[in-house]
Amino acid sequence: MQDEPTPTELIKAVADFLRNEIAPVIKGHNAFKLRVGINALDLVTRQLALEQESDAAEAVRLKQLLGSDGSLIELNRELSEKIAKGEVDLQTPGLAEHLWQTTMDKLAVDQPSYASYKRELGNK
Amino acid sequence: MIEEQLGRCVASWYPGATGVTGAAKLSGGASQETWTFDIAHAGGTTGAILRRAPPGYGASPGRAAGLDAEAVLMQLAHDAGLPSPRVMHVLKPEDELGTGFIMQRIEGETIARKILRDEQFAKARPILARQLGKVIAGIHGLPSSKLPKLREMSATKEIADLEREYRSFGWPRPVFELALRWLRERDPGPSEEVTLVHGDFRHGNLIIGPDGVRAVLDWELAHLGDPMEDLGWICVNSWRFGEIDRPVGGFGSREELFAGYEEAGRKADPDRVMFWEVMGTLRWGIMCCGMMQRFRSGPDHSMERAMIGRRSSETEIDLLRLLAPRGG
Repeated sequence: MQDEPTPTELIKAVADFLRNEIAPVIKGHNAFKLRVGINALDLVTRQLALEQESDAAEAVRLKQLLGSDGSLIELNRELSEKIAKGEVDLQTPGLAEHLWQTTMDKLAVDQPSYASYKRELGNK
Repeated sequence: MIEEQLGRCVASWYPGATGVTGAAKLSGGASQETWTFDIAHAGGTTGAILRRAPPGYGASPGRAAGLDAEAVLMQLAHDAGLPSPRVMHVLKPEDELGTGFIMQRIEGETIARKILRDEQFAKARPILARQLGKVIAGIHGLPSSKLPKLREMSATKEIADLEREYRSFGWPRPVFELALRWLRERDPGPSEEVTLVHGDFRHGNLIIGPDGVRAVLDWELAHLGDPMEDLGWICVNSWRFGEIDRPVGGFGSREELFAGYEEAGRKADPDRVMFWEVMGTLRWGIMCCGMMQRFRSGPDHSMERAMIGRRSSETEIDLLRLLAPRGG
């Protein structure tokens, strides 16, 4: 059992410091790089908060689709091979829903402000 | 130091040039650089751009057309009345500047977010899609007898190239598999008509002014192939910068793009354009993964590279929107 604060709290504190205190006084190309860095920290915070639940749900869906067991990467590899061979396709019950949900979960971490994602959130 | 070298070079071909000022590197990695500078002469100054591989970096990598070919293409485009800078000088060994060329500098904006949001481009935005259609038609109509030697690409070859690159990452992505399968099943085969294809016709490579498009840049990926490829690439959602209901670069409709293309006497094939839009979306997704790969293994261990890797999921949602749209 590790001590507190949690990784999420620590990263958020660092990101907030960089955003609120440092970013306003940095100019030029370094300002751009700083923004990328802050975005990376924000992304990691979202992943720490969301990953466990979305990974677990993805694994449940994959096991059901494939009828087999394994790690997430093994299951994704198996699904990929089946799609490549044409053994499953968009007609296969559950495939489109699975790919949509998995992709939406990725975007929630990677790029929640991406316009296509925001549009699809509204289309749910 | 580069100003001195440029000054000596410019003096050899620019009448009355007295030197070079304001040289600044705009972009580029080790093997290809872009510089801006001013040529000083009795009448004032003339803006110029140097695009070069520095000495020691002669050969161009993989898919690149090569700087010599780029110079020929830009000059051909300029001579045909297309928005393209005039090529002023192709570097010679005695210039000691490496390989490349010097062209006229054209003022304007390349940053998509400014073009899509700033007031000064408000009049340009509604006319751009049609204008770009015309420009692309002009590029496709450049006389084949005058073209430099270029690689020839077909849909079949492009699918195979993308698949090989994607498989080399060893990271399974079911949405990319779906897209590859979709493309293979709809591969139109060799194009009836093979023309010059710009290969990277999109924001960032277009100089835009309040009056519309002023220059087409960066012919690095030019090749011979299916002309519909250029029309599909500019419709890829990644170049709409949030304006997802305006497929052409975030400012216009496909219909306007096609109308401009057809006004210039060419025929657009919407189904094949859509095929190339899917291909382009997948291509950008795989390029993002490639950035991550280079970040991990490369000498360039930069945050930007790492974060671009995480943008591949943007292309996954766009591929799903194209291939498996949901109701609503």
